[in-house]
Amino acid sequence: MTDRQTVFDKVAELIGPFNKKGADLSDATTFQHDLEWDSLTVMDFVAAVEDEFDIIITMNMQAEIETVGQLVDAVIKLGS
Amino acid sequence: MTDLFSKFDPLIQQRENLLATGVRDPFSLVMDEVKSPTVAVCNGRETILLGTYNYMGMTFDPDVIAAGKKAFDEFGAGTTGSRVLNGTFRDHRDVEEALKEFYAMDHAMVFSTGYQANLGIISTIAGKGDFIILDIDSHASIYDGCKMGDAEVVAFRHNDVEALEKRLKRLPPEAGKLVVLEGVYSMLGDVAPLKEMIRVSKEAGAMVLVDEAHSMGFIGEHGRGVAEEQGVIDDVDFIIGTFSKSVGTVGGFCVSNHPKFEVMRLVCRPYVFTAALPPSVMASSATSIRKLMHGSNKRAHLWENSKTLHKGLRDLGFKLGTETPQSAIIAVIMPDLERGAMMWATLLENGLYVNLARPPATPAGMTLLRCSLCAEHTAEQVSDILKRFEIAGRATGIIS
Repeated sequence: MTDRQTVFDKVAELIGPFNKKGADLSDATTFQHDLEWDSLTVMDFVAAVEDEFDIIITMNMQAEIETVGQLVDAVIKLGS
Repeated sequence: MTDLFSKFDPLIQQRENLLATGVRDPFSLVMDEVKSPTVAVCNGRETILLGTYNYMGMTFDPDVIAAGKKAFDEFGAGTTGSRVLNGTFRDHRDVEEALKEFYAMDHAMVFSTGYQANLGIISTIAGKGDFIILDIDSHASIYDGCKMGDAEVVAFRHNDVEALEKRLKRLPPEAGKLVVLEGVYSMLGDVAPLKEMIRVSKEAGAMVLVDEAHSMGFIGEHGRGVAEEQGVIDDVDFIIGTFSKSVGTVGGFCVSNHPKFEVMRLVCRPYVFTAALPPSVMASSATSIRKLMHGSNKRAHLWENSKTLHKGLRDLGFKLGTETPQSAIIAVIMPDLERGAMMWATLLENGLYVNLARPPATPAGMTLLRCSLCAEHTAEQVSDILKRFEIAGRATGIIS
């Protein structure tokens, strides 16, 4: 079982280069509204997360993920 | 009551803002007269067409028109029915024969449009529990095909072989996989590294579908497309194409050597639940396809045009979508939508029509003036085109 905080920290680190607004990150932070990412940024970020954790986040799954917390949970589930 | 249209407000606003700058609406052009594959009358002005997909100039080919007229007289105006009921006439079969000859493949299935060919084939062959792996810059019809089906969809970075390979390796080895690629990507006119992509796809046990809409007729020794050009057409499971580009009519198709391919006619809903194309369109298409098999002189001239235009635009200082001319599409990158629309309108005022393309159709949020050449553009027209680009480019300040 991966430590949730470790995964959160890693995800936060990956968000860093794309966090142009310098928004605070918590489980409730949303990609669309708080980070204001467009679809291209999402694509680049998803690719970075996939490569970091060696997982696949399908577009079907991406449609369900709105917050950083949901992404962390998905990463843990996919990696287990 | 919630107005269901309120979700479109930002787009309506953007359009109003654009029109408020005084430019002509780029998305409601009317061609009042079409004189040839390369010339039309728009707003009362004779205009060179550089934004059609009439790559091989077949729309006015006398044999193509004669075949259509004959079928019109003999078989009537329309089919009024599905291909699987009363909508398969002699010429529907014949055009499928022509496609089998053209591609040297065992099976061909004609749809009412290229959009429906992608929609139908992709949504039908990749089902629940299967995976579709596609290039992020795929055409809308490919994405819509994915959305209509029940497969899991995995995207990879445009033309990135390593990104594709990594994702294929992460998928369950036993799962059904369909890799969807395009020969020529229509926005920038760039060609895919199909040889490498198909190799990694086959190594991962995936089936491969290649959309060759923008390459048919002039890329590859027999005009079969980029997969033929790169020597990997035998490893492609499904080729999707269209009649609305090089063939010069309308319709879409899939060709394949899969031994069970014919079952598609029974299970593919966008094939079954729509009316078959008119017989005149089928007869024109069959004639056009067979003529394209012998079109090597036209092909050579099209490539010359592409090279001349690419070099000329570059020398004028325009920023282009590709370093080298890779297809019959040359995309000129505009700084933003406003200036792109201004440049587009200025070109039109100077008697030149190109496509204005903008997000979401374009990658990376770009605004493009997309030029697509025709084998019937004369060298003189290409030189005229460059002059008009120079005039409009300076007038709008896009080049100095």
